[in-house]
Amino acid sequence: MKHIFSKQNRALLRELVRTDFKLRYQGSVLGYVWSLLRPLLMFVIMYVVFVKFIKVNFGIPHSAVYLLIGIVLWNFFNEMTVQSLGSIVGRGDLIRKIRIPRWMIVFSSSVAALINLGLNLVIVAIFMVADHVAVTETLPLILLILLEVYLFALGISLFLAAAFVKYRDVGYIWEVLMQAGFYLTPILYPLSQITNVAIQKILMLNPMAQALQDARYTVVSHQTPTIYRLFEGGYYLFIPFIIVVFVLIAGLLYFKKEAKYFAENI
Amino acid sequence: MDAPNDTNDIAIKVDHVTKTFKLPHDKQTSIKGLLIGLLRGGKRTFENQIALKDVSFDVKKGDFFAIVGRNGSGKSTMLKMLAGIYEPNKGGIQVNGKLTPFIELGVGFNHDLSGRENVFLNGALLGFNRKEMEGMYDDIVEFAELERFMDQKLKNYSSGMQVRLAFSIAIRAQSDMLLLDEVLAVGDAAFQQKCFDYFEELKRQNKTVVFVSHDMGAVQRFCNRAVYIKNGILLHDGTPGEVADMYTLDNMESMQANEEKQSKKQKDDGPKLPKDFSLTTKVAEQTAEKLVLDVNYKSKTTKDDPMYVAFSVIRDGASIAEMTTPLDLKLTGDGHLTYTLDLSLFNAGSYEIPTILCLQSSRKLVALSKHKNRFIIKGNDPIRGASMRLPDTWQQK
Repeated sequence: MKHIFSKQNRALLRELVRTDFKLRYQGSVLGYVWSLLRPLLMFVIMYVVFVKFIKVNFGIPHSAVYLLIGIVLWNFFNEMTVQSLGSIVGRGDLIRKIRIPRWMIVFSSSVAALINLGLNLVIVAIFMVADHVAVTETLPLILLILLEVYLFALGISLFLAAAFVKYRDVGYIWEVLMQAGFYLTPILYPLSQITNVAIQKILMLNPMAQALQDARYTVVSHQTPTIYRLFEGGYYLFIPFIIVVFVLIAGLLYFKKEAKYFAENI
Repeated sequence: MDAPNDTNDIAIKVDHVTKTFKLPHDKQTSIKGLLIGLLRGGKRTFENQIALKDVSFDVKKGDFFAIVGRNGSGKSTMLKMLAGIYEPNKGGIQVNGKLTPFIELGVGFNHDLSGRENVFLNGALLGFNRKEMEGMYDDIVEFAELERFMDQKLKNYSSGMQVRLAFSIAIRAQSDMLLLDEVLAVGDAAFQQKCFDYFEELKRQNKTVVFVSHDMGAVQRFCNRAVYIKNGILLHDGTPGEVADMYTLDNMESMQANEEKQSKKQKDDGPKLPKDFSLTTKVAEQTAEKLVLDVNYKSKTTKDDPMYVAFSVIRDGASIAEMTTPLDLKLTGDGHLTYTLDLSLFNAGSYEIPTILCLQSSRKLVALSKHKNRFIIKGNDPIRGASMRLPDTWQQK
């Protein structure tokens, strides 16, 4: 554990993330501004379509912020897993020629995604102030929720990155799964839209749905239907957390097992 | 455990290491392929390529250690396992001390970043943080002689410039043991001299170096020990001179084999020679002092149309000497000659003697021997690098 954050690893992480960002915005006039502008524009489109045209009714005030939080969290999850998936293969030149901790490469992708999440949360904060959202005492809990989402995404990322080295189909499969996940998670619609309570309960077992609703609860409105309210204290409400822990451990173990052979399999 | 002093001076211990690569006949990188494979009874056909077989050796602290072998012999695989990039299938590698993690220069260089940014990225891969790199930055740039180019993108660098930059960073790596793979393959004479100076410096500092190269000159100049690997098997562990000789011999054998194949193939498309003539020369005897060639010629010529045999001695593709049979020795019809060459005139190296048969009247080439008559002068002569020495006498007064 001690040398996970050794001087060398920290320096390497910094340079890998820095390079990532530099290359991403290379040749564009606005440069880093895009990392703020892109989510902002995406959000404006979704807001106009879903809040103004389709008039999705979340049944609470501040539905713009409500929608925004969902999109931001999902985007983070999507970006982190997709970027990590190709990270090992994408850095094949390093893997084949130098001994650096393999997990560093996935980790640096995840940090890049975290930085983007931070920028997006700044936009959320701006909207919250503009929309006069009343901050409640539950706000600090958002950090725990973000941690949960991060660990869930990290477990999946490690698994995907290692599997992608052997099977390139993983990329396409994950794309489809993410599409399905986007609609199975109550991001663009309120959970109450689903009239069947059993289905509501099943949907909420997904850690992303649980985390998303919790985030909305802590930040925007205590009227948000959460898994605790849905299961009314039954033990089922622990299932999303068990899934997160399981995915993280399984991802770590699989990655550790495969990492030895990355250099020859890429 | 009983003799701690013995184990302490060993830097790297390679213990019965075997490495095989599983090469699927049709590389399955898709799940569909996997499923089809399973439907066929799970029998995917693999080729187990043995890259290294039961290799053991020790590198002592302060050794300048060469791993020599022909292309595909497994030496780079060995180096990658030493670096920890590959895992051995069997056996183990113990490393005593800090080892450089890279085996090639300029790992992670990105062509879309500037020279400056690449210095920091490459430095981080070697374990330096930004602050340390800033301290070394000016020295690195100066050593690479690239002051004017540092803000340009790497893709605008020539390959020589890239290597210079990479080398300047790499030599900052602070470890007790270095792994070097073919550093000398690129770069001009001035760069090679820099490399050599650096090697001398490493030797003075008593660093342990494992060196993979095809340059037997450098191997003999710097290394104190060498191993020879052929087809994944360690054939010899000894002095650089012995290993360099094995390498040269091995190369020659395969060149000869290739040549025979070629000459069989090229029977039709060689130079058009008259069919009535033939010439064969073979090495009849080689000792340290002399080389005897057997020369046989066949023709239908008569006294009016004599011939001569010409020899040239070739080293590294360049002719360094030419001889002919004396012109008053008018060769006609069929005949057999022996030719003796005084080998004491040659310095160490590998030579060949192609022979041809010509008509004296028109100097026209009428036949050439299939055999190139290779010979090697063994030895390790760091002083006399040229091919030949002239007969001379010295007197001390």
